[in-house]
Amino acid sequence: MSQFLPGDCHTFESAGRRFVYLSSSAAVLAIDDVSAAVLDIVADRPRSGDELVSALSDRYSRIEIEEAALELARVRALRIAAAPPARPAARVLPLTPIPLSTMVLNVTSQCNLSCAYCYEYGEDKIVETANGRLPKWMSEETARESVDFLLRESGQSAHLTFFGGETLMNFRVLKTAVAYAKTRAAELGKDIDFSLTTNATLLKPEIIEFLAEHNFGVTISIDGPPDIQNRFRVFQNGGGSYDLVAPKIRALLARHRSRPIGARVTLTRETLDVRRIYDHLTQEIGFWEVGFAPVTSAPGRSYAFGEDGFEHVLDAFRDLARDYRDAALEGRHHGFSNVRETLEEIHKGANKAWPCGAGFGLLGVSTAGDVALCHRFAGSDDHRLGTVRDGIDRDAQRAFLESHHIDHKTDCRTCWARPLCAGGCYHEAHTRQGSTLRPNLHYCEWIRGWTDTCLRIYGEIAQTNPAFLRQFEGVTHEAPQPS
Amino acid sequence: MKHLSPVNEKARALARSAESRASDGTPPPSAEPRADVVALDQQGGPPQQPQGPHVPLGCSTIFSPGWEVDRTGGTAGLCQPVERDLFDCHLGCFWPAQVPDQLNHAPDWTKKCAAAQKDWRKIDLIFP
Repeated sequence: MSQFLPGDCHTFESAGRRFVYLSSSAAVLAIDDVSAAVLDIVADRPRSGDELVSALSDRYSRIEIEEAALELARVRALRIAAAPPARPAARVLPLTPIPLSTMVLNVTSQCNLSCAYCYEYGEDKIVETANGRLPKWMSEETARESVDFLLRESGQSAHLTFFGGETLMNFRVLKTAVAYAKTRAAELGKDIDFSLTTNATLLKPEIIEFLAEHNFGVTISIDGPPDIQNRFRVFQNGGGSYDLVAPKIRALLARHRSRPIGARVTLTRETLDVRRIYDHLTQEIGFWEVGFAPVTSAPGRSYAFGEDGFEHVLDAFRDLARDYRDAALEGRHHGFSNVRETLEEIHKGANKAWPCGAGFGLLGVSTAGDVALCHRFAGSDDHRLGTVRDGIDRDAQRAFLESHHIDHKTDCRTCWARPLCAGGCYHEAHTRQGSTLRPNLHYCEWIRGWTDTCLRIYGEIAQTNPAFLRQFEGVTHEAPQPS
Repeated sequence: MKHLSPVNEKARALARSAESRASDGTPPPSAEPRADVVALDQQGGPPQQPQGPHVPLGCSTIFSPGWEVDRTGGTAGLCQPVERDLFDCHLGCFWPAQVPDQLNHAPDWTKKCAAAQKDWRKIDLIFP
């Protein structure tokens, strides 16, 4: 007698309706009462077809129950024990050469702030820059070579993102790189656009004018109201940066209106007040969007998250996510970008074999012109994938992608949230788990909790205001912002 | 799908792909037949084979090519309704129909099937 077993999926309820999220395909299906009842009693323990029928026959006919069980088995929300095991998904590596879509250019490794938690300078830095061989500033020549590299490796459209250190400390090279990139892209008939991340300390009218004129996507690293911003985002003398950056950001927001400008907040165990931070940044400063990321750190740092910290953040995220949901149901904008990004991935059915585009669609370039997985590894010898002059080392790239495929992360295989997480950030894993190869097991519960929250919000919007979800259809035009 | 409805883009893509597979005649990836099974006793009702090729249900498709359809390639000229083959072959005919072992393993597999023409859908699915 065959047995029905729980399948590779996650069920959730939203606005009184039941849904199932299929981990093998990332599809979201609404399920009717009989299917929900079948899933519920199978979740309890495996059941044979007859047991299903006898358990549910007071409510549904035999035909309904059998049909529902078969449909659920067909989409792999249930497994049939007697059936041959589902063939493992073929491991498909992207075609090479892989078009490069985003290049993150570290124009300097210098910074005028001394944020204690910084992964580039703090206790967990990977790249030794103080007296090492890497130049502190990217030269104009390296920037030009990098632009040539990007336009050589890209498809029709290319995103060039400037990063640091503090990006604007090398505004001179940034400016020449933009001019050169525009000329070269025009000659080649390709589209190029620009973005940068900055701490806003060096914004001034000419720079703001330049950013607006070249339609830059701008992300500002800022942690919140004065007491929170000044806790970690300090100058070398320990003085806080809030009073300096706030007026400059307001000036930027007033002038540069062609693209939404977002704030990027680093959360630490000491600065966890998500709602107060969000309200301050959107209402008092005027950001269009705010994205939050827990600090990347080795365990045991004073600012690092413990178990309780992740739980607290999840509660705070859920609280703010409810506001997003309420706004979405009425068709209004809400700037909590963590929700928007997850909803977009859910709506499209993103199903990732790698956690992010690092190593194929996205590459980082160090001040010396070394090409790395991403900006967080730029300049690290262990994670080099070539140079802008010699191109991408295809063997190293293939070996990296092969070894980091989700199929090699045994802990992830049975996790229902793997289509969206795929093991999480390589840099976080390197810092926290000791290797890019390992999944970020310290935040699994947090990822599952957050994905479940976003699925519920998604289900509710899909039922009540599906028009809101149309913004997520079609091509994504905004390049991902590095953080 | 009757009990599940697609919500996100990926689910809609899956449903579309399953539908187009069904309409070009490719069988769906499971044993569940998409079209209803029709037979002689439904003649005069809706068209027998509304869409796609009709694969007659019966025991003989595997063993005796040609026997399962009549000389015109349909089922109308066969001597018996196909659903009756199940019983006739298995009980009274020389032909060994693929049915469960009614002596030892599944004595009750036809319990709910009083009249084969009407109740054949209620015959239990038996898994080894």
